[in-house]
Amino acid sequence: MLQRLRTTPPRYGLVAVAVLFFIGLPTVIDSFQAGEWAQALILAIAIMGLNILVGYSGQLSLGHGAFMALGAYTSAILAHRYKMDYLVTIPIAGLLTGVVGFLFGVPALRLSALYLALATFALAVVAPSLIKRPAELTGGVQGISLPPPIPPQFAKDAFTGLTGVPMTSDQWVYYVTLAFALLLFWLAWNLVRHRSGRAMRAIRDGEVAAAASGVNIAGYKTLAFGISALYAGIAGSLFGLGTSFVSPDTFPVSLSIQLLVGAVIGGLASIPGPLIGGIFAYFLPIESNQWVPTQTWIPSQIASTVVKAGPAVSYGAVLILIMIFAPNGIVGLITTGYTRLRRRLRGAADREAGQMPPDAQTIS
Amino acid sequence: MQELLQQVVSGIAQGAIFASLALALVLIYNAMGLVNFAQGEMAMVATFIAFTLISRGVDYWIALPVTLVIAFAGGIAIQRIVIHPVERAPLLTLVIITLGLATLLNGLAGALFGYVPRSFPSPFSVQTVDILGAFVSYRDLGVIAVSGAVLLAIYLLLQRTTVGLTLRAAAHHPEASRLLGVHVSWMLALGWGLASAVGAVSGIMVAPIILLEPNMMQTIIIYAFAAAVLGGIESPLGAVIGGLIVGVTVNLAGAYLPFVGGDLQLAVALAIIIGVLVLKPNGLFGRPTVRRV
Repeated sequence: MLQRLRTTPPRYGLVAVAVLFFIGLPTVIDSFQAGEWAQALILAIAIMGLNILVGYSGQLSLGHGAFMALGAYTSAILAHRYKMDYLVTIPIAGLLTGVVGFLFGVPALRLSALYLALATFALAVVAPSLIKRPAELTGGVQGISLPPPIPPQFAKDAFTGLTGVPMTSDQWVYYVTLAFALLLFWLAWNLVRHRSGRAMRAIRDGEVAAAASGVNIAGYKTLAFGISALYAGIAGSLFGLGTSFVSPDTFPVSLSIQLLVGAVIGGLASIPGPLIGGIFAYFLPIESNQWVPTQTWIPSQIASTVVKAGPAVSYGAVLILIMIFAPNGIVGLITTGYTRLRRRLRGAADREAGQMPPDAQTIS
Repeated sequence: MQELLQQVVSGIAQGAIFASLALALVLIYNAMGLVNFAQGEMAMVATFIAFTLISRGVDYWIALPVTLVIAFAGGIAIQRIVIHPVERAPLLTLVIITLGLATLLNGLAGALFGYVPRSFPSPFSVQTVDILGAFVSYRDLGVIAVSGAVLLAIYLLLQRTTVGLTLRAAAHHPEASRLLGVHVSWMLALGWGLASAVGAVSGIMVAPIILLEPNMMQTIIIYAFAAAVLGGIESPLGAVIGGLIVGVTVNLAGAYLPFVGGDLQLAVALAIIIGVLVLKPNGLFGRPTVRRV
């Protein structure tokens, strides 16, 4: 699955278009949709964390939903009990979750990939009941309700100046999320291009060879775990901001599965992958549930079953199909498609110019 | 003392259920070095099949073997359709596919049968019988008897028959077996079929106790993970003993440790998993492995 795709040079033009698209998006969609896109971006941040761990360092975690829960509860408790500004709590939540993830990475060092998957899966299943226990701190089953965030004056003014309508709290959450997403994606991009990223990939592709080349295996593996958890913690904290509510049941084991689905759909070991994955993982079940009943060719009984089944069926099917047919995800499909297309076009241009495309014999 | 004995016996009954599911995990682990995250959901689907049969008026003792045969065929079908195309893929791919399978089966069961918990019939009454001063329910004894019979059957199949020998050979030395004319890929499918049937027993045994619904195996599979890890994930005997130990430990912790109570029993299983993996990764009965570079 982790076969290396040729690393393509960064396409700054595409990045600029994407950034402008996301900045301008709330001015053309309504407030509710902005809230939805904020959720997709939050997923994208958590998936980027998972991608650093799974895609780049080759360790499988099925418990990132639990790290999101830790981040969300840290922020919620700080804001609710200690009356801190929620925005200030977001980096604190990220750092705390990162430290916990780092500590979790230490025993994880001794585990093979399979055992790690098993232990983190158990963590994800147990997390809701662990959260319920200190009921005074976490609010128990009821969870913690937070006041909806109020956009500050400068943001209100800027938004009204641009669109002519007042800014809602969903739109403000969207922009906060976008700011964190941009920062964290930029950091991840820098991380994987430089020394630590290369070290992690070396460990993934051959632990013994990496150790022989002087890579500090234990250090980089736990570092990957810590960074990955930091991303999940910030995503969790933003999640609490977006929904104004955290409870044990907002972080079920299916959330961890959803993150894995996103990482796999988008494409592991790629930077745009988690963004695409987050958007798909969030909108796929919603859109397919709206699309299926409108199709007359699908028998109504099957259609209603699909709608009742909720996201689980589409997630499960997508996981299996992608892993069998396109293990590098959507980014992998695009990259291979693009390379093939370019090779074919170049071949056509060469033929028109009266030159044969080079083959093995003529090059010799 | 009497209460302690009672807790131990009901712990053994629960442990027998965990042991069946853990044995199913071990069978697949031995066949292809993979932990099947979908094992619990496969058992849940089988239990729904048994439920459908019984509610259509089929006698329990006919529905049980029929379900096991269906589960066996289903396990083979799943291996052929989903696992076979990626048999040689990296472990990460296989693990993600079994997770996808678990999610898919869970969602399908939810769509077809709904999420309302249903009571599942048990042929054993919940009346108790006095054994050495402890009151033990017939249901617990029945669970122990049925699980024990299934485990014994699997043991005999693996150790005393040609099919079992071929199965083990294909798992341990696939290349050599292939040279000797063993159809290794179909042996893997057979392993999946057996695991599916053994897992189905755990689902059918646990359903009367915790009510039948699509998510019912989500906690049981964690206990089974703990059992398999504790026993050494490649050892069938270890899975059984691990299952019994986990069952008794969890039950005693729930009864006697006030901070555990009923709702943190699952956390005990998590603690067992992490503790064993960190302190003794090969479990009680696993052989230490040496990896060659």
